[in-house]
This record gives sequence, C-alpha cells and structure tokens, in this order.
Amino acid sequence: MNGTPAPAGEETARQRVSGPLRFLLCMVFVYALVGVVRPELALTALHGFRAMLGRVLPILGLVFVALLAVNMLGPERIKKRLGRESGWRGWLFAALAGIFISGPPYMLYPMLGELRRQGIRDAFLGIILYNRNVKIPFVPVMVYYFGVPYTVILSTYILLFAFLNGLLLEVLVARLGFTPSPGR
Amino acid sequence: MISQTILAPGAPLRKTLILFKTVLPMLCGMLLLINLLNPLLESHYAEWFTGHYLHDTVIGALAGSISFGIPVTSYIVGGELLDKGVSLMAVTAFILTWTTVGVAMLPLEAAFLGKRFALLRNLLNFIFALLLAVLTVATLGAWQ
Repeated sequence: MNGTPAPAGEETARQRVSGPLRFLLCMVFVYALVGVVRPELALTALHGFRAMLGRVLPILGLVFVALLAVNMLGPERIKKRLGRESGWRGWLFAALAGIFISGPPYMLYPMLGELRRQGIRDAFLGIILYNRNVKIPFVPVMVYYFGVPYTVILSTYILLFAFLNGLLLEVLVARLGFTPSPGR
Repeated sequence: MISQTILAPGAPLRKTLILFKTVLPMLCGMLLLINLLNPLLESHYAEWFTGHYLHDTVIGALAGSISFGIPVTSYIVGGELLDKGVSLMAVTAFILTWTTVGVAMLPLEAAFLGKRFALLRNLLNFIFALLLAVLTVATLGAWQ
C-alpha cells in the first residue's frame, strides 16, 4: 500500500469525467468492439441512432422549455399543486398527464426527476409513467389488431390499476428510503 | 447585466443548463444502446415462446421488458405473435411491459429518479403486467 495521496491533477481529471459521460464513452467502446466483430450490425445500429437522434432533437427543445418552467415554478408551487396537499386535483392531473404527455420515456425522465426533486408525490410519478400505456392516437391500431372489447377492457384496467400502482410505489419507496440521483 | 442575473448560481436557466449537461451524454448513450439491442431482438421474439400458457405469459413480460419502441410497435409485434399462435395472455403481458418496464432505460431512469425508485417501479410494473394480462383475458372470456 502506498500512503502517498494521488496527485491533485489526476484526481481532478477523473472527477471531470461525469457518470453520464462515462456511460456514453462505454457505449462508444461497445460500438467499436461490435464494429470489429459484426461491422454490419454496428452500421445498422449507427444508422438507427442517427435517425432517432434527428427525431429527438426537436423534442429536446421542448424538454428544455419544460425543465425551465419547472425550475421557474419552484418547489413551493410544485408541492402545492402536485405534493401531498394537492388533493384530488393532483391525482387527476397525474392520470391525465400520463395519457396526454407523449414522447419517449428518456425525454420524460429529466423533467420528472426535476419535479421529484421539487416535491411531486412519488404516487403521481408512478401514475404518469403507468398511464403512458394508454395513448389515444394509437387506440385505432390496438382496435385493429385486438378488437374493441379487448381495447376497452385493457385500457380500463390500466387506468384503474395506475392509481394502485402509484400508491404502492410511494409506500414501497418510503419504506425502503429515497435514493438521491447520483448525477447531481 | 441580464446574462449575469439569469446565469447567477441558483437561477432557473443556470439550473436547467446544468441539468442538460447531464441529459445530453446520457441520452446519446441510451440511444446508442437501444439501436444496438433492437436489431438483435426484433427477429427472435417468436422463437422464445414455448406454447405453455403460463410460462409464455412470463416470457412475454420479459420480452417486453427488454424491448424498446413506441407503444404502437408493440401492438404490431403483438399482432404478429398472435398470428403465430402465441397466447393472448402472453401478448398482453408483452404489450404492457413494452411501455411500463424498461430494462435498457434503467440507467437513465435511475440517474434522474433514483436507483431505488427506478428498480421498484420496474419490478412493480412487471408484476402488474402479469396480473393485468390474466385479468384482461379472464374478463374478455366472460364478456364474449
């Protein structure tokens, strides 16, 4: 064992590479490996990545605005409207937000994480994420493949069970303790 | 003067910009991972099912959990699986976990919502998918 502390410069360089950046670098490394073993798969994946990024970038602008709005509202207002004092309006908001907020989950997580930091109930987060299953524009597609009775039954169950899911999630998270996000 | 105020420590814009510095690399990493996994998974779904009613429901839920895409894709894949003889219960579990459980998304979800929250939510949604699959098919059977 060497008791000498690491030089200050080395420590700073390691700290400078954040968790998310390390994750990105890991993925680049994985792609490099796949590129050697199965170049056609790496190329297909890269084309898919480029196309997906093109679709995501405009939404990213909206996410930025949403995050800014959450930060401008501040914790007091968030707690009042979406915290424990919000009452039935909070439950209704969460249920409707889950149905009507569209976009992939990786776009929602930063905003929901910020809302959580500012005081939204975990139950509401659970409901929002669960009700993403009910997407009104996609209902005709579900009806086409599975029929009206199936669509009605499944959608009704999702909407009802979302509340139970949210409540259970809140209880379990409270019992097991809150883990702050490591990226902050 | 204005830029000093809006970018001051604790100012909403500054906080949002700092958060975005975390979001961007994570998002790019996530998209790279998803695009690498999707072509590997897409062509193998039907091979995973055994024909056993209950096993297939769990397999359907697992397959949906490791997949990623917009919900409508799960309906199309689910429809194809039904045509190949996979049970409606398994397809329902597959559709449900497709949207509510995201194994590939776990690092991102954990980074913003906390590890424990992300793990508990995904686990709970997996169990709920199995439960709702059984309930939906049972109710549909009683309805028809």
